[in-house]
Amino acid sequence: MTEEHDSIFETVDGIYRTESRRILATLIKLLGDFDLAEESLQNAFAAAIGSWPRDGMPANPRAWLVSAGRFKAVDALRRRARFDAVQRELAKTQETTSEEAAERPELEDDRLRLIFVCCHPALSPDAQIALTLREVCGLTTEEIARAHLTTAPTVAQRIVRAKAKIREAKIPYEVPSISELPERLEIVLHVVYLIFNEGYSASSGDQLTRTDLTQEAIRLTRLLIQLLPEPDSEATGLLALMLLNESRRAARLSAEGDVVLLEDQDRSLWNQEQITEGVVLVRKALATRNVGAYTLQAAIAAVHAEAPSSKDTDWNEIVGLYDLLQKIEPSPVVELNRAVAVAMRDGESVGLRLIDDLLARGELENYSFAHAGQAELYRRLGRTDDARQSYERALQLMEQEPERRFIERRLKELAGANHRASERGS
Amino acid sequence: MKYLCMVYIEEAKLAALSDEEFDQLDKDSLAYDKELRAGGYLIAAQALQSVQTATTLRVRKNKLSATDGPFAETKEQLCGFVLIEAKDLNDAIRVASKIPVAGVGSVEVRPVRELEEQERWDKRG
Repeated sequence: MTEEHDSIFETVDGIYRTESRRILATLIKLLGDFDLAEESLQNAFAAAIGSWPRDGMPANPRAWLVSAGRFKAVDALRRRARFDAVQRELAKTQETTSEEAAERPELEDDRLRLIFVCCHPALSPDAQIALTLREVCGLTTEEIARAHLTTAPTVAQRIVRAKAKIREAKIPYEVPSISELPERLEIVLHVVYLIFNEGYSASSGDQLTRTDLTQEAIRLTRLLIQLLPEPDSEATGLLALMLLNESRRAARLSAEGDVVLLEDQDRSLWNQEQITEGVVLVRKALATRNVGAYTLQAAIAAVHAEAPSSKDTDWNEIVGLYDLLQKIEPSPVVELNRAVAVAMRDGESVGLRLIDDLLARGELENYSFAHAGQAELYRRLGRTDDARQSYERALQLMEQEPERRFIERRLKELAGANHRASERGS
Repeated sequence: MKYLCMVYIEEAKLAALSDEEFDQLDKDSLAYDKELRAGGYLIAAQALQSVQTATTLRVRKNKLSATDGPFAETKEQLCGFVLIEAKDLNDAIRVASKIPVAGVGSVEVRPVRELEEQERWDKRG
């Protein structure tokens, strides 16, 4: 094997990594069939490995691969002995291709179309996430299954069903019109946000974070911002929110993999590059007239990111931002977070009263973090028995292993404190 | 591609409408049918009588059984349908979202399975 051959092989490998999703998106549009497109993509790369060392690199490898993929698809259809369909298919692809070439030299639009198809409201939320990770991000079924703590066959089935629905109900391969874009974009952003959250705070399992998912979510949002016909303040806000949260990754866990609370984190470990970018994006999003929930959450994260310590955080600003958030997107979880900020600003007993009221309303009864928050404030007030009760309730509800260890550690500390207190008392 | 838009509503909600509101809904529905016909979308559209007038049939082992009422006890009942010819699901959703009763009830959009077409495919496959 020649050196040149090796280097072309490496080039093909590189193109696969950077371009394959783009090429897939275009093939899906041209062929109108996810599975056929996936198969043709693999065949096109196989053809490249065969012919590029012999014939030399094409001037535009991506266009070459799209074209090869199309011909491989025609071959595949012919093999399936659907000759009429082949002719129809062929005629159709030729038509759209020439149209496409004339109208848009850039194929990036196809990726945007693909995102909107994967996040179509007619698909279930689980299917939206699985399909986006598979088709847009290129994760394997196994990787998606691991990230969602489910089995590969379950994920595969979800994807198969979603593709069948796309085909049978005829979900079109298009970016929604301007009038429909806001509603549809909201779903896309929500899917991305769920992907990020699953990576940032895995809902169960032995790891607190899954870096691959947070990275994919950030990459996807960058792509979305780059591709959208008009800038969207909430897309900007969401990117800022993810970057600012992600910036704390290295400080959120101890060397032993245990949870470190925000106030105890070593802030020198925070990623300054992500913070700088996030803060610029928040300012940009806040400067628009359309300030939404992602932007406000990002603004809160930015206040934390710029504070030298928990004590020196502008808690008043944070409470104010939570008030705004509560106004545009009311939820008991926002109220809970606000109560914690109020506790930092006005003292534990004030915050505790808010959390007590909130828990009395019942909506957060099964939300472990509400009980953990209440326990933490009791602990600081020295109300050991109350703290223990709340921590125990939180422990019953908590499914994340690192968070469970944190609560168990707190309970042990409380038992120690109680023991010392009773010794002193006797 | 054909889509059947099945219009569901809680009959109690329909009964709770005032006469004027009820008439207005009928008028709006007829007007929308007209609009769809003019736009080349409409194949057929009908409102249905109350679910209390329904009879459910089953044939088992060549024996017919007919029973009173709808098959399943659900809160919302089928109260009408619109069969349309649309470009794709997004097109169909656009049409179905403007069905006047969607403002009170719900509309299920289902692609039609073309049996003839299917048969031809099967022979070829």
